[in-house]
Parts: sequence; structure tokens; C-alpha cells
Amino acid sequence: MVMTTAPGTLAAHALSRFGFGAGPGDLDRVKSDPRGWVESQLTPRPLPAIVADHQGSAPRVADMAAARKAKGEVEEMAKKRGREQYRADIAIRTRLAAGSDAPLQERLVQFWSNHFTVSTQRPVIAPLGLAYENEAIRPHILGNFRDMARAAILHPAMLIYLDNAQSIGPDSKAGQKRDKGLNENLGREALELHLLGVDGGYHQDDVRAMALVLTGWTLDEERGTATFAPRRHQPGEKVLLGQRIPESGIAEAAAAIDMLCAHPATANHVAQRLARHFIADNPPPAAVTALAKAFRDSRGDLAHVTATLVKMDAAWAQPLAKMRSPNDFITATLRASAAEIPDDRIVNAMNLLGQMPFAAPSPAGWPDKAADWTGPDAILRRIDWSLAFGQRVGAKLDARSFIDTALGDLADDGLRQAVARAPSPAEALGLVLSSPAFQRR
Amino acid sequence: MMLHRRHFIATAGAAGLLAASSPRLSLAAAGTDRRLVLIVLRGAMDGLGAVVPYADPDYRSVRGTLALAEPGQEGGVLDLDGRFGLHPVLAPLHEWWGQKQLLAVHAIATPYRDRSHFDAQDLLDTGGIRAGDDSGWLNRALARLDGGGKGLGLSLGQGVPLVLRGSVPVASWAPSPLPEPTMDFMDRVAGLYSNDPVLGPALMAGLGVADMANGMDGNKKRDGGKDRLILAETAGRMLSDPAGPRIATLELSGWDTHVGQGTLQGRLPNALGQLAETMVALRTSMQAVWDQTLIAVVTEFGRTIRPNGTGGTDHGTAGVALLAGGALNGGRVLGDWPGLRDDKLFEGRDLAPTTDMRALLKGVLVGHLGLPAADIDRYVFPEAKSVRALPELVRA
Repeated sequence: MVMTTAPGTLAAHALSRFGFGAGPGDLDRVKSDPRGWVESQLTPRPLPAIVADHQGSAPRVADMAAARKAKGEVEEMAKKRGREQYRADIAIRTRLAAGSDAPLQERLVQFWSNHFTVSTQRPVIAPLGLAYENEAIRPHILGNFRDMARAAILHPAMLIYLDNAQSIGPDSKAGQKRDKGLNENLGREALELHLLGVDGGYHQDDVRAMALVLTGWTLDEERGTATFAPRRHQPGEKVLLGQRIPESGIAEAAAAIDMLCAHPATANHVAQRLARHFIADNPPPAAVTALAKAFRDSRGDLAHVTATLVKMDAAWAQPLAKMRSPNDFITATLRASAAEIPDDRIVNAMNLLGQMPFAAPSPAGWPDKAADWTGPDAILRRIDWSLAFGQRVGAKLDARSFIDTALGDLADDGLRQAVARAPSPAEALGLVLSSPAFQRR
Repeated sequence: MMLHRRHFIATAGAAGLLAASSPRLSLAAAGTDRRLVLIVLRGAMDGLGAVVPYADPDYRSVRGTLALAEPGQEGGVLDLDGRFGLHPVLAPLHEWWGQKQLLAVHAIATPYRDRSHFDAQDLLDTGGIRAGDDSGWLNRALARLDGGGKGLGLSLGQGVPLVLRGSVPVASWAPSPLPEPTMDFMDRVAGLYSNDPVLGPALMAGLGVADMANGMDGNKKRDGGKDRLILAETAGRMLSDPAGPRIATLELSGWDTHVGQGTLQGRLPNALGQLAETMVALRTSMQAVWDQTLIAVVTEFGRTIRPNGTGGTDHGTAGVALLAGGALNGGRVLGDWPGLRDDKLFEGRDLAPTTDMRALLKGVLVGHLGLPAADIDRYVFPEAKSVRALPELVRA
């Protein structure tokens, strides 16, 4: 293991591992105390204005539901509006991360939002992604995991995405009256992906029990919010991982989620994912164990778990151990260049490089290992895009000073030489963005 | 003169920058004329909805609202062998059936018996080696081909799916509207990547195939939702090139039909329609080598026999796999049909598996690509030595 010691390298590492890379002035600002800079972000801050001003999910859910009932042109218009809102949201989110003075918090928002994925694989999710993240994830990144899990699993976007809005207890009043019934999707993914993890020791009976617990959680289409409809809820006691969940209607979901959050498998699952994201693709087992312990000891206090993580030597030991995902790469480019890029270009870049926010291919979210992002075509495309970016802004940005802004001591002599010898400003900038040091974090 | 990336590969060695660190991609090292396209359906296709066991006495009662009509009726299935019928949206493939260029294996499954997509896909991709291992069975098979398989593997898409990852370098390709940098620029980037164990090889593999795609007539660029077809057509042309790849993978999503699965309209017929379209595009674009071609269509597991409460199906166990192609000895439905009677189901809810997926995959590797069975047992499916390869999949 290589320990990072030089203050310049340590600062660059802090900025890219725990944020989205360095922007103008960041390295100087952070250099005197990189660890302190990271730790200073562990206190919750007020919502960024752009988030507080966001329309939110309720009017959008209501709008879509009304349009669906109206059908025809009204519905088509609503779909179009939804796609426009989606694109605008992506630009908002990316700019927020790129410009934040607490980038660790933005990285945590994106990490947890990916953990509790909702995706435009169901197109109806598109206008809800950012609202979901703002409402269910953001308030809890340094709060309690249990609160985040409740908020995420019972959020309208999740109820729609994983079909729970339509799930009905077979023995409920609604189930007896209509030829409708249970859908296991959210019950299963809550156990497998959000909480216990796939090796968490649950079985098909538990999947069904969790799905039954969640029956009744559906949408109030007029208000656009989540609601509990007792008529749809499966009556009777449920047994989940050997534990009884007594019949209590609306209270069952929270009781089940709380019980699962306290299960040791959930601590291990969360620890593994955090360590993979913040340390290395294959993190040291001791780091995972320590994070799981912090999670258990604090009963899911994410401020404590995150503090444990950022204080760990392992998180500082392997600079550039992680490959930037396309989302991270584009965000880092915006931060480092401080270039004025129109919204559409930001969104198109995400799409071109294969990672539109809130469009993960499955409920498991975006993958988090180098091999998932380094397909040959994906790498060529990043290089193509880097040069195209250089051609657009190269005239305004001197690549030699850009290296110092973006990479500092992470740039080796080879890169500095290549930049010095580049035949045009555009190509010089393209080389910095393409370079291994800028592709990694 | 157009400066293409393939030329770059040829000249860059002379420039000396790449030769030192990277194995040059050799595009013409193929010892086989056979082509294999593996289509992976991500999300678990409902096998009963694609290859319909319409003659099973329990079919109608267990499928309920998802049952399709008998052959000959309006919206009815297209008969295969008196027992099974194809979903009507697969009509183009029904023609292939008549030409003995389509084959189905029913009640097929990997050894995986739980119902997580992600673990099931890992197992399908690695070929039975525990999840977490980063080597796919198709990459290990490539390594056993003459010349070590270099230059013969192609992933259609920006990334490389796990099934094709491993020690043998493979290419990936997807349509892109971005302008292509000059050779000189790529040379400079290659210099920066020469010591990077991940980026260096990825760049080399990408360069090997990019020009091949661009050289194809029309230099097709992105066209909205048609990416999938451009992908298939361009892939077909690359695979037809004597100096091109021999083995390609393509992933299709949209099969996780928990809600609104539908019969003649809905999520499943949509996805099936896209599958048929993709396969037709492949066939059209690889006419010249169609006789040497096999397309294998697999998915991670099947879905529940009965509809769930929301007009869909949940995660199940056994499903269906398809083979197609000019090299195929087709026109058959293989596999022991366990039936849909309550006491025949797996855990009372799923189609019971009777054929191991690896029997089919082994049959393809032995019969089509000519890999020695001993190599397959040792290197490709070491966990499945006792699983017998399905025989006679390919025309004599």
C-alpha cells in the first residue's frame, strides 16, 4: 500500500476521493490540512437554494396522473414536459456537485441515491429523479440510515419504480373484491439491494412477507404523495426473518424497515458498498469490518459512519485507486475548468458517455468498479469527448495552468511534457482530461 | 485520405510508442470461420410468454390473463411442433423455424436457484464460478481458440459485459456522434496510457475495432432510438469481415416484466419485437457468413408461472433459450418438458428446470466453435464437468 504523504498530493487526493476533483484555488485552500477539510464537511448544512427552490415530486406526480387520465394530446404534452424537466434536473444536479464548497456532501448524496436507485428504465420516473433524491436522500446523508431507508422505500418514486403502488394484499378488502394482488418487486429489492444484501440470509418466504408488509403503500394521485390505503393492505401478522411483525397496518412498513436496518447483514452490506466507493474496488476487509462495526455501534448514524470512513488510513492510502465514472468525470471536468457550458451540453455529455443520472440499468444502481467503466469503446469515447471539450474551450483555458488547478502533484512529468509539446491548446487540454490521473480518483 | 484508427494501429508500432507496452491487436488471427453472437436478455425473460406450451393441459388455467390463443386463432401463437408455439410478434423467427434455422430449449436454467437478477446474471456470465470472479466463460472460451483469441471478441455497447471479460483482450463498439481525433492525437494519448494497466489495453482494443466500424458503408451515426439496430447491422458487417471479430455479445434490456407484461400488447411483446428486429438486422447484415453463424439467446432465469397481482410476473426459475443461424440444426424444441401441473412446479410457483444452461453453452462451444471438450471442462466450465454438452446442435 502506498501512503500519500506530500501535502500537495494529499490535497489533490482529498478533493478527488471525497469530492469531484479540484477546481480553481481548491488545492491551495485544502493544502494546509486536507484531512481537516474533509472532516469539516461532516456537519449537515442548510439545503442549497437550488434544491430548496425545486418544484418537488408532489406536483409532478399529480400532473402526470391527471394527464394520464386525460389521455391524448394532454398526456403527450405531459410526457414531453417530463422529459424537459428531467434534462433540466440533470443540469441542476451536475452544476451543484461541480460548484459545491462541501463536495463530500454532494458525493454522499449521489452515493446514497445510487444505493436506493430509482431509474428512468421506467420512463415515468424521469421527472421525479432529482425530487426523489432531494426529498428522500439529501436530508439524511449525515442523519440516520433508518430514516433514509424509510424515506426512500416509501417515496412515491420508489413505490412507482418498483411497482408497489399497484401491489394489493390478496386477502385485503380490495384484493377480495378485485382480481388483483401482490407484486413482490419492492419487497425483494428492499431486502436484496437496499438493506440486507443478497447474502443477507433471507429466503423467498421473507421476500413475500416484506411484500405483504408493504401492501397498501400507494399513491394519492391527486396530491401526488405517498399514502397508505388500508383497503389494500394484507391483514394479519407477517413473519420476516423469523421475527413477528404484528398486524398494525400503516405502522408495519416502518417496523419492518427498522428491524432490517438493525440486522447485522445490513451493516455489512452498507459497509461493503461504502468501502468500495471510497477506498478501492476491492477494499481491505479490515476497513469493511470497521465500517460495519461503526454502523452497528451507532445504530446506523451516518455522520458517525462517514467520520469513521474519512478518518481511516485506508481511505487515504491508495490515491487514484478508483476509476471515475462518466458522471464523475464530467462533473470533475466542469469543476476543474469552471467553463461556461450550456445545460444541453452537460446532459448530452452524460448521455454520450453512458451515464445519464437516474437512468441506471437496474434497481442495483450504477456499478462501482473500474471494469464496469473501462470498456474499449467507453474509453475511446471519453478521449473523443475530451478533445471535443478542448476544442470548445481550449482557447480560453491554458492547459499548463489547468494541470496545476485540476491535478497539481498528481500530474507526472510525462503528462506535463505531453502538454508542453501538444500542437494546439485544444489538444493540450484534451490530453489533460484524457490522462490517467484525471480519469481516476 | 481518411485517417482511420486501424491504420493508426498499423503505423503506431513503427512510431514505437505503443510497441513497448501493448500487445498489438491482431485482427486476422482467427483459426475459425465460425461466428457466434451471444444475445443476453437482462432482466429475466418470461420463457412461457416467448415459447408458449399451448398444448399443456394446465397452460390456460395457470397463465390466466396472460394466456395466448391457440394456433390458427386470432392473435394465436405460431405453432412449432404441436406442443409449443412462438409468440406471434416473433413471426420473423417463425420463418427461420421453417428453414430449420431456429431452435428452442425449454425449462432451461443455470444452477442458480434464488431469484436475484444480479447474482443470477453473474452466474450466467461467469459460467458457474462464484460471483465476484471477474472472468466470463466466453472470454475463457476465446482463450482456447487458435491464436489465443486475440482480436476475435467484440462487445456491442460501450462497455464489456462480464461474460466477455477476462485475460483475452476484447473490443467494444457503439455508435457515436463525436468527431474522431487524429492519429497524432491518439498517439499522444497512447503515450500517456502506456503504463496504465487498465486504460492502456482498453485503448488498444478500442482502436482496433473503431476504424472497422467507421469503414463500413455510410459511416452510420447515431439515430435516436435506432441505436440497437445500428449496433446489430454494424456488428453484422464487422463479423462478416474475414479479418474481423468472430464472437460478439449484445445485451437487450426490458425483460423484467413485473407489471403490464401483456399478451399481444405490453412490455413483453415490446421486448420480444425488439429481439426479433435485432436478430433480423443481424441476419441481413451477415448474409455472406450466415451459414457459419450461430446466434444464442439466453437470460438469467424465467418468471413465475402465474401472473402476479399486477398483470405481470415475478422472478422465477427455469425459462427458455433460443439458438438461431445458418449453421444450426434447428426446427426442434429441446429439453424435457416438466409440465405445469401444481405438483410439477419448482417450489410451487416456477417452471421446474430440467436442462442445465451449461449443457447448451457447452454444446455450442464444442459443436460450433470446435473447442475440445477437455478444454471446456478444464478452463471454461470447470464447475460443470458432469454436465453433458447438448449434441448435434449444428448442421453436419
